[in-house]
Amino acid sequence: MSVKPGGPHPYPGKLILVEGIDGSGKSTQLSLLRKWLESQDYNIFYTEWNSSELVKETTRRGKKTKVLTPLTFSLLHATDFANRLYHQILPPLKAGMIVLADRYMYTAFARDAVRGMSPTWLRNLYSFAVKPDLAFYFRVPIEVSVSRLLSGTRAELKYYEAGMDLNLSTNLVDSFKIFQSRALAEYDKLVDEFNLTVIDATQEIDEQQAQVREIVSEVLASYKPKRGTHARRQALFWRKFALPEPERP
Amino acid sequence: MPDDKRYFGESLPYLSLSGLKGKLIAIEGPDGVGRSTHIEALQEWLEVQGYGVMTTGWTRSALMSKTIEIAKQGNILDAWSYSLLYATDFADRLEHQIIPALRSGFVVLADRYIYTALARNVVRGCDRQWIRQVFGFAVVPDLVYYLRIDVETLALRVIESKGMNYWESGMDMRLGADLYDSFKKYQGMVIEEFDRMAEEFAFQVVDARRPPEEIQEALRARILPILRDRGRRRVERPKLAEKAATPPDVAGSAGAT
Repeated sequence: MSVKPGGPHPYPGKLILVEGIDGSGKSTQLSLLRKWLESQDYNIFYTEWNSSELVKETTRRGKKTKVLTPLTFSLLHATDFANRLYHQILPPLKAGMIVLADRYMYTAFARDAVRGMSPTWLRNLYSFAVKPDLAFYFRVPIEVSVSRLLSGTRAELKYYEAGMDLNLSTNLVDSFKIFQSRALAEYDKLVDEFNLTVIDATQEIDEQQAQVREIVSEVLASYKPKRGTHARRQALFWRKFALPEPERP
Repeated sequence: MPDDKRYFGESLPYLSLSGLKGKLIAIEGPDGVGRSTHIEALQEWLEVQGYGVMTTGWTRSALMSKTIEIAKQGNILDAWSYSLLYATDFADRLEHQIIPALRSGFVVLADRYIYTALARNVVRGCDRQWIRQVFGFAVVPDLVYYLRIDVETLALRVIESKGMNYWESGMDMRLGADLYDSFKKYQGMVIEEFDRMAEEFAFQVVDARRPPEEIQEALRARILPILRDRGRRRVERPKLAEKAATPPDVAGSAGAT
């Protein structure tokens, strides 16, 4: 609780996150980044938006029964974030791990602002968050994200992701386009305010990933990795006494 | 003309407060001070006079009550999640119970309001300014009672009635060796926060050590001017029918001790 609100964190770990509208491909990029970092023996902790045990179920129920208003939608996501920050993000950062986050408070700043919540109120709400070491923003035109979502892996648009609660259109696809276009405009404003690193997400997946890895390498240049030492320490322990290591099950 | 309600902070753009005919009355005070007993009595009294009454209480929202129950059992609440869970519960009740009831002209009796959250969250280490801004979406009540009590009397009363429990003793904060020590420290800090807010938010302070009948009398006396100022007049109100000589209902809430 002693962390300065919104300030850079004092911990040995690194916090790297991805942002972008639905269908921007950010999650794909993050999982590729994770593969690469893990192949280099970095200790990785992965966390995603709206996934805490504490409120995930409530949010799901609230969405299903459509009782969420812009206010409760916003507060529930902040609760989830607070819980994950405390239980998932800060401990690995303190332990010197690399935390990869799929979405961060910028998602709330973009989406909740489109729902009409005040930007000042939102920034105060999340002021307990720590500043990331690197924040990617995958920028993509709305047409590309729609066609990816409709033809691709998920093949359906969800009620709240399409902003149907705002009565923008009775047609799901139209509503999605309007809502996400507005979110896109909000994200563009956030790029300067929070110094987000923009990646052109219309490029091929591997091209984007190459850029991502290059930028991450720069950020990690100053990072002293804490390698997975548990197994190694055990090996050293047995070697010290010139004993054969015990058989692993 | 009904007076317009207002938000503490920035307005919710999708939810106008104009034309809310009802009255919002909050009763605050530490755990075990007797709030719910007095609310029951007030409700009875108001309904006999023909007023529509709706009561709302902490953690009673459809969205969150179960979640909070589970969270408390699991003992996994950090200060931020704790604050925000209750804020969400309050928001859900505000939008789905309190505001609709006020729109229909009910007298809403709130067993605790945002002040409980402000007090508890600050005691748990949250920033005062932060939590006040978070609750900026709350509607300013027409009247806030603060049932004030000292922590020694409170401890006796709680032991005699329902007993001390984990959360109301602030055991999550490891303030004392046992339930009693922790209760006294925790509730003492909460009372201190309430006292601090009494002026900031113009609470109507009622001494909760007095006999229940006297307290109830004091509560009723202060509700009357507020109801009198309502737009529509009651057909028949024995003893209270005299002309409302008091200016519009600011007087009701400001005429405090």
